[in-house]
Amino acid sequence: MSRPPLPPNPDPVLNQPITAALVAKHGVRPEEYAAIEGHLERAPTLTELGIFSVMWSEHCSYKNTRPLLKGFPTEKQGATPEFGRVLVKAGEENAGIIDVGDGWAIAFKIESHNHPSAIEPFEGAATGVGGIIRDIFTMGARPVLLTNSLRFGELSSPVTQRLLRGVVAGIAHYGNCVGVPTVGGDVYFDRCYEGNPLVNALCLGTLRHDQIRRGKATGVGNPVYYVGAATGRDGLGGAAFASKELSAESASDRPAVQKGDPFMEKLLIEACLEMMAVPGLVVGIQDMGAAGLTCSTCETASRGGAGIEIELDAVPQRESGMNSYEIMLSESQERMLVIVERGREREIEAVFAKWDLHAARIGFVTDTGRMVVRQHGVVVADIPADALTDRAPVYQREAREPAYLATTRAWTPAGLPDLDATGIQGALPRLLGHPTIASKRWLYRQYDHLVQHGTVVPPGGDAAVVRLRLGERERFIAVSNDCNGRYCYLNPYRGAQIAMIESLRNLVCTGAVPLAMTDNLNFGNPYKPEVFYTLRECVRGLADTCRFFDVPVVGGNVSLYNESPEGAIDPTPTVAVVGLIAEEAHITRPFVRGAGQVLVLLGGWPDELGGSQVLGLIHGLKTGDAPAVDLAAEQRLQGWLLAEIAAGRIAAAHDLSEGGLLVAVSEMLFGPGGAVQPAVSAGDGAATGAGTAGLGAALELTGASVARLDALLFGESQGRVVVAVADSALDAVRASAERAAVPAQVIGAATADGRLAAALPGGAAVAWPVAELRRGWETSIETAMARPRRP
Amino acid sequence: MTIAVLQFPGSNCDQDAFHLFASGLRLPTRYVWHKETSLGDADLVVVPGGFSYGDYLRCGAIARFAPVMGAVQAFAASGGLVLGICNGFQILCEAGLLPGALIRNASLEYRCQDCALRVEASTATFNPAALGAVVRLPIGHGEGNYRIDEAGLARLEAGGQILLRYLDNPNGALGDIAGVRNAAGNVFGMMPHPDRAFERFHWSQDGLAVGRAVLATRFPELALKSA
Repeated sequence: MSRPPLPPNPDPVLNQPITAALVAKHGVRPEEYAAIEGHLERAPTLTELGIFSVMWSEHCSYKNTRPLLKGFPTEKQGATPEFGRVLVKAGEENAGIIDVGDGWAIAFKIESHNHPSAIEPFEGAATGVGGIIRDIFTMGARPVLLTNSLRFGELSSPVTQRLLRGVVAGIAHYGNCVGVPTVGGDVYFDRCYEGNPLVNALCLGTLRHDQIRRGKATGVGNPVYYVGAATGRDGLGGAAFASKELSAESASDRPAVQKGDPFMEKLLIEACLEMMAVPGLVVGIQDMGAAGLTCSTCETASRGGAGIEIELDAVPQRESGMNSYEIMLSESQERMLVIVERGREREIEAVFAKWDLHAARIGFVTDTGRMVVRQHGVVVADIPADALTDRAPVYQREAREPAYLATTRAWTPAGLPDLDATGIQGALPRLLGHPTIASKRWLYRQYDHLVQHGTVVPPGGDAAVVRLRLGERERFIAVSNDCNGRYCYLNPYRGAQIAMIESLRNLVCTGAVPLAMTDNLNFGNPYKPEVFYTLRECVRGLADTCRFFDVPVVGGNVSLYNESPEGAIDPTPTVAVVGLIAEEAHITRPFVRGAGQVLVLLGGWPDELGGSQVLGLIHGLKTGDAPAVDLAAEQRLQGWLLAEIAAGRIAAAHDLSEGGLLVAVSEMLFGPGGAVQPAVSAGDGAATGAGTAGLGAALELTGASVARLDALLFGESQGRVVVAVADSALDAVRASAERAAVPAQVIGAATADGRLAAALPGGAAVAWPVAELRRGWETSIETAMARPRRP
Repeated sequence: MTIAVLQFPGSNCDQDAFHLFASGLRLPTRYVWHKETSLGDADLVVVPGGFSYGDYLRCGAIARFAPVMGAVQAFAASGGLVLGICNGFQILCEAGLLPGALIRNASLEYRCQDCALRVEASTATFNPAALGAVVRLPIGHGEGNYRIDEAGLARLEAGGQILLRYLDNPNGALGDIAGVRNAAGNVFGMMPHPDRAFERFHWSQDGLAVGRAVLATRFPELALKSA
């Protein structure tokens, strides 16, 4: 405590003494408070306490997860290929950047907005989309696609219906207006997410290598600009208590959740990209997301090894009478901090004037390493910038294996009767109608998934495929979001492995070579040793799998304290992998295109029940071990499939996931759910593709060597893919599969009789009209979400 | 031949429209900023889709006051070709260049999906003989529910001003109307997106024929050349 206190603030509210109670209300632990005093060498002001509390929160500091995240591979290990090199690594900037060749790159990242969406689903989800888009264009990239991973409670619950409706409308509201297509994602419904939905949004953008911008403040004397929307009292959220106490005005009209304005964001994207295209103008840029002005100033200063001084009177404000605490902690949306080259102020101001946006000069870069904030001429904060960032506390939390794992792991299906023909007959339509498996058309038809006219495989396929225009060149990329929380609940390490390998497999099924992944770790309270154990094991599972496949992690997000009334959510380490498709001709869809095509099951007969949807739906059980993982077999399968696709021998490919074999084959017959269907010319074969009345399949499974029918037909064993091949290509496919040691089993062929029929081991046979299966699958969520008719 | 694609704050299908004409139809195409007051040498003005001015107040209600719209009014009055797509259609209705109005979809939700559309006999080039009986174009809008009073509807029907009708109405539009033209036959508006149906990987390439049919009402040689 060797420094003198800051000068007294004329505002008595800001001048109040820092009591232990006030510290506790900020979520700052006593030992953390002691560290704050150590960094400052004096007691903090109230504004400073607020600044530390947000920067040292898990959201900004990753204090409970940083040691774990260090285990992720952040660079490609193998020989540097023509594309795939990591240009900006995870943790360095707002988003990672990957080389895609010819001097072009992609920036992408996933981020959560779970808690805001639980409170106010529409604005919470909307601002989640807005936030992740800013993370991308702040890197200098033009946002070209969005995806999302959503988790909700059981759809039959009115609470879930309200949340789903709000979240989807919020995503649509923001993404549609801002003009970035929402091309894919994944959605699960499980009771563990009741009251605590997950909303993870991914954005991907394109840029040239020389357009990469950093969130760095450098160059003493360079001006610091605030651009975009004005600052209001919204988003004080967790600190809402403070605004009540800290201000004479009523807090009743202050929303706890931020309100988004996608129109403003659209203008901000265009203005920022235009500004960044001016050579040498921008020194550094960062969006104001969580912790707004606070985070952007101290992070840019810290990264640049510099200091920043700002004057809050210059900050555009929506309301009068805001104090420094409120301005620094506001999470008003659609704002950016820009450091420009000294002497070129007019150029940035001209760009923002063209777009009718604020561009306020609020400060300058210093060489002090300190973040200094003034309001009304008085210093309200003076903090070493790196104390808020690099020197934030880091904790190694205690981990303990949850007791339930011993029970679930020991479970075997021995006591469960197998399904007979009647049971199977009923189970398939039930599974297809379960909202986790059913068509997500009700959701994605509300998203503009076509704007920017590059969408090649729209929502409904294994992975979304989008054409990128990179100068004169075209590239096709694929994105797949995955994570089955049920597997992670039953076996955190393996469940995370499965999230990763399934995402890779989905990409490979579209013909894409995986490049890199981004992850969103959604977990409960890390102070519970059982929760921290699942977090640790999931991260280990992801990291090991990424290393095995040499797919680097380019960034992501951690969301903790996701707890439902019944306890923590299932561990949900959402994974999104991005891949590149070498040739347009390689783009493969999951849809059988005509009768006569042979269906081949790759990877062997499914023979596990643990963690499956059928176990949950038919028996009400969430138990067993997660399906087995064999990374080497998975790698052989995926490598072989890519080569076969490149050789032009694969007409359709679809991986087995929730619901297993019969669900996968059904989906291959259904075709896309009412969105864009690939044009099929008359000469393309007897059937005109998806949904054609008459398309069916006859499956011959009598030779399957498995103990249980339910496991064969509905089990969720990993490393399985069904491909459709032309009869003429079958011999070549089988021969090459044998050479590559990939199990390949002919399971039947597409027919023209409109029935899905299966001859089963043991002699029984089952059959369904495809149109009926499709109807249930396609309308399940729509029916549940139908608005009550007004009398 | 020059195509001018307008850009308002919040336009987000400006690139789509640009590429339909520049890449798809290989015609000289350029953008015109909303603060401009001249359209230069434009032969066709395209008012693109998006959320001009954030759709605040009402879709298209603010854009009609943009400086460039004075030039568009004069251009249309002198017989110049104008095509409004989606939000562009809404803007042209608000500007009084096209009859009718577009209100919230009957479902109260945004809809992004493919649509099959019946081609009506509207002009010498925009008709079933030129385009085929049905064209396939995607839609993407929350306010595409076309409305007009009875007398107005009668005038549209009698004058052959209806361009396209939905086969399976996605938004509750009166008479399944998806697109109309003005009485003079030089201003066109439609909710479906020809600018999302022209690349080889798109669901349909009918956007090319639709773009050509609009252009050919003034430049018949274009219809012949690219037929």
